[in-house]
Amino acid sequence: MSDAFRIAIVGSGPAGLSAAGRAAELGLSHVLLEKTDHLSDTIYKYQKGKHVMATPVQLALRSPLDFDAGKREAVLGTWDEQTAKHGVNVMYHAEVKAITGQAGDFTLALTDGREVKAETVILAIGTQGNPNLMRCPIEDGAVVQYTLDDPAEYNDEHITVVGGGDAGIENALGLAAEAAQGNSVTLCNRSAEFSTAKGPNVAALLGARDAGRMQVLTETTPAKVEKGWITFDTRDGELRIRCDRVIARMGSAPPRAFVEACCAEFEEKDDPRNPGRTMRGVKAGTGVQFTSSDRLAYPILSPTFETTVPGIFVIGALAGYPLIKHCMNQGYDVVEFINGNTQLKPADEPILEKKFAALPKGREVSEWLEVLRTNIGILQGLSPLQMREFMLDSDVRVYQPGEVIFVRGAREDSLFAIAEGSVLVEVNPQDPSITVPIGTGEIFGEVGLISGRTRGATIRAAERSIIVEISRLAALRLQRQVPSAQKEITRISIERQLLQLFKAGLTKEDVAEVVAGAEVRTVRAGEAVISEGEQGSDVFVIRSGSMIVEKAVGGKPVFLSYVPAGSFVGEMALIDGGLRTATVKAAIKADVIRLPGEAFARLMAKKPALEARVRQDMEARRIVNSFVEERKHSFSGAVDLYSQTAKFLIDEGIGEATDVLLIDENLCVGCDNCEKACADSHDGLSRLDREAGKTYAHLHVPTSCRHCEHPHCMADCPPNAIHRGADGEVFIDDTCIGCGNCQRNCPYGVIRMDKVPPKKPSLLSWLFLGLGPGPGEPSHEWSVENSKGEKPKKAIKCDMCAGIDGGPACVRACPTGAAIRVSPDEFLTVARLEA
Amino acid sequence: MLMVKNPARSRRQRTSSHDGFLQYRNFRWAKIAAAICVAAIAAYLMIDVQPRPNGGSAEGYILGTIGALLILWLTLLGVRKRAMTPGRWSLKAWTSAHVYLGLSLIVIATLHTGFQFGWNVHTLAYALMMLVIASGIWGISMYGALPKALSDNREMMTETQMLEALRSIDRQLHDAAQPLDQHHADLVQSSLEQDPFGGGLWARLTGRYRRCATRAAQAELRREGAFRPKLADDPLERIDTLLERKGAILHRVRRHLRLKALLEVWLYVHVPVTFALISALSAHIVSVFFYW
Repeated sequence: MSDAFRIAIVGSGPAGLSAAGRAAELGLSHVLLEKTDHLSDTIYKYQKGKHVMATPVQLALRSPLDFDAGKREAVLGTWDEQTAKHGVNVMYHAEVKAITGQAGDFTLALTDGREVKAETVILAIGTQGNPNLMRCPIEDGAVVQYTLDDPAEYNDEHITVVGGGDAGIENALGLAAEAAQGNSVTLCNRSAEFSTAKGPNVAALLGARDAGRMQVLTETTPAKVEKGWITFDTRDGELRIRCDRVIARMGSAPPRAFVEACCAEFEEKDDPRNPGRTMRGVKAGTGVQFTSSDRLAYPILSPTFETTVPGIFVIGALAGYPLIKHCMNQGYDVVEFINGNTQLKPADEPILEKKFAALPKGREVSEWLEVLRTNIGILQGLSPLQMREFMLDSDVRVYQPGEVIFVRGAREDSLFAIAEGSVLVEVNPQDPSITVPIGTGEIFGEVGLISGRTRGATIRAAERSIIVEISRLAALRLQRQVPSAQKEITRISIERQLLQLFKAGLTKEDVAEVVAGAEVRTVRAGEAVISEGEQGSDVFVIRSGSMIVEKAVGGKPVFLSYVPAGSFVGEMALIDGGLRTATVKAAIKADVIRLPGEAFARLMAKKPALEARVRQDMEARRIVNSFVEERKHSFSGAVDLYSQTAKFLIDEGIGEATDVLLIDENLCVGCDNCEKACADSHDGLSRLDREAGKTYAHLHVPTSCRHCEHPHCMADCPPNAIHRGADGEVFIDDTCIGCGNCQRNCPYGVIRMDKVPPKKPSLLSWLFLGLGPGPGEPSHEWSVENSKGEKPKKAIKCDMCAGIDGGPACVRACPTGAAIRVSPDEFLTVARLEA
Repeated sequence: MLMVKNPARSRRQRTSSHDGFLQYRNFRWAKIAAAICVAAIAAYLMIDVQPRPNGGSAEGYILGTIGALLILWLTLLGVRKRAMTPGRWSLKAWTSAHVYLGLSLIVIATLHTGFQFGWNVHTLAYALMMLVIASGIWGISMYGALPKALSDNREMMTETQMLEALRSIDRQLHDAAQPLDQHHADLVQSSLEQDPFGGGLWARLTGRYRRCATRAAQAELRREGAFRPKLADDPLERIDTLLERKGAILHRVRRHLRLKALLEVWLYVHVPVTFALISALSAHIVSVFFYW
């Protein structure tokens, strides 16, 4: 292996395969390094027969390998065949441990001791990473493994599974499934709860434990593995048991550390985890650098995918492109770049051309990108490559003078930036002639982005303007990639939030002192920002999430009110002086802005209108306080029930909901007409499970989407298929690739993955002729029998019946009035007590 | 009842003013139905039909037409419930109207008869109608009384979860019974083999299952165990615990099924008799015109 290859490609996923294929086509000397014994391990590990999607549809594929949506086996088969046909030089069982050297002379050290020399390196290793390894001492000869292919292979063994995630639980259950296997299985979990595992898995595990089929140790970590034995640290001390085999399923570490260490210099540094000790760390400014220390940050890349180490390129998921088509195109492109093709236009050029079609003529795509990037303040930190990616998720439009950009009350969460021209904000809904201008280079709409709440004001173009609409996802990625953009967005958002919240004719200059002293703080669910009876005069503005206000009445906390994002709390103590009169704590994880009390008091002294406005809000709260105080004797039972019910709903996550289905079980006869109506309104699949879910005082929260302010499901959607619609509904569009990320991310279990069943015969032919399965979701058997052709599984969730006249079918179809849809700020008011 | 103040701020129309089908819009349909009844009674009392009030008079025809149309419209609730068409309708409003207008039929149809009854198809139609209404009243009383009990009995478990819990206990019983002797194993086997919900409609509706093998097995084990010396790690102890748990979950499922059956069983009278009523009604209408 002394001869240097022109290109070494690490990782044989879609990106790496495509790059190697292109290199082979061009006749460049190359090697494709794959750590397993087969190509494309991530897709190889998909479950059998999984349908692989090919989105975005509008993007042309540019690769020596073919790729079309289809079954996993077909996709892999095509790639295997074409890789062989192109004569790609693949080296299997080649896991790269370290990369050293410089452009033209890299050395890739493999874990088995071999070395590969190459002039350039393409890293296409994805983001899956390597499994976390056991940290405790392991004696020679002890068996420790990190995967389990077939549980049936092992018989009559003492096996310990480490890790209480889904993988660990499924392995343990598999090993203990058959009593005839004779395995004695122990599962150990670091914490007391199995918080990362799915509910049914945990239930099955505990069932197996209760049935005596396995031992489950919680709050336990392995301390030592010897041949035939394992020792644990448990809460009650050490425990040593028989163990022939350890199966460790403790998640995986992202490959960042490996990438950062490529060609880096090392130095001794303080170990952040063990104060006082030092560790070997990468010297700043060497190796492959990342955009920030954020866990989700990507490497810094040039327009040709080159990292900060010349000669090392990063493509695919590791570069921030999770979709297969992107990856394959980049594999092609990067080899072209390395081969000296500087004229190559990216494959997404036609998409951007279309996006820029409405703009004034005379500029090319790359010129427009440069204009937008330099004109808009927050985009200046983006590289040209990132800018291109950024615009794929964003839109740019020309607005004529007076044209509305968005209206007050609209439920959107995008951010806008002005590339040319200016806009006017109508600050007073009663009088649209009162406006505040925002000029070129600035942003607006950030409140919707941050809090997920409705637009606070209508905004119109003041002159002919070119404005970029940045989708929520693009805006979040931008903040991760460019820390300066994040700081700027935070500062502007605090300033604007204050101006909008308190109105009262305040200007930027007025609030400057308060903004300068403001601090954004993240509060855990249940944590208090204000405690009853303590000293304090700071005012808190809730930026995202929501809070509840409680007061101790007769030793018990009584729920007073629910405070949504975009409100402020803490003004009573500031105005009246004295101690805090109630406790304010987070209903869910929330961001608050702490405004220093003295600065705020000075501002109020300067601006009597502000003080009047704050007093007005305070009066409303005081009425609620005294209402509860007054009734606590006569209505203590009612107050108690109300308070408990409110707590229950908050515990059920209503605090982050915008619209939630509740069922009054005093009325519900269990006819399931809501589920049937849901299925019949949406392709035959019900998006709600009436019976499942928690109940308190006959108020039932069924398993159905609550349309969270910050939807968890949106967090990681590769095709960006989840959006918030005009009425606040969170919905999934047709570009869903069925990956299941949203289902895993949803803490409420309201997303299901399923195939759309075939169309049913009409209601009348069922009524009179008995054709078809009748109203509601057809049975699985019926769907399978009547399906034609292969259909992919897609994510299915409630869209609040958007676009259906009459609104949510579940509520319309309830014969007794048990089903209602409410938003928490309407529902969680003390007004309910008066009834 | 929970009440929600509706600030009506959102763009989408919400019906969060939360009332049941009986109270719908402050008893709107009860008032309408009452008004119809009062008008019908007043007309009956004020108009002196000769020789005596009967269905063949002008007033009789009016009442009869109203009644027949009402019956047809009331029947359509079954279609409305199943046809999930778009539009601003609410099944709750339909149910509310169905209940009160259905009750008003008692007055309308009775006045239509002019209190002339006999052993004929006309009175058959009337009797069938009253049977439908009576079953409906029974249904409403069930709807009023049982949902709370259904909810309390579930304790947040779904039916699937209950049955899954039952299966899980059965598996454990099966495993735990392996070391037992033939006699005891047979007892456990009898509990495993029996369909715990068999026993017909009566058992389902009363929730009483006389031949419950689980209960019998446990009673037998306890009877024998009363004089046996206590052993450490006695497999029969474990069987006893499992049978106890099975008994508890069986009780819950049976109660659940009983409540669900009670909420539904009246429909097995209400709906078929409605169709019988419509045929009798057709016969009644055809015959009065044919033999007139």
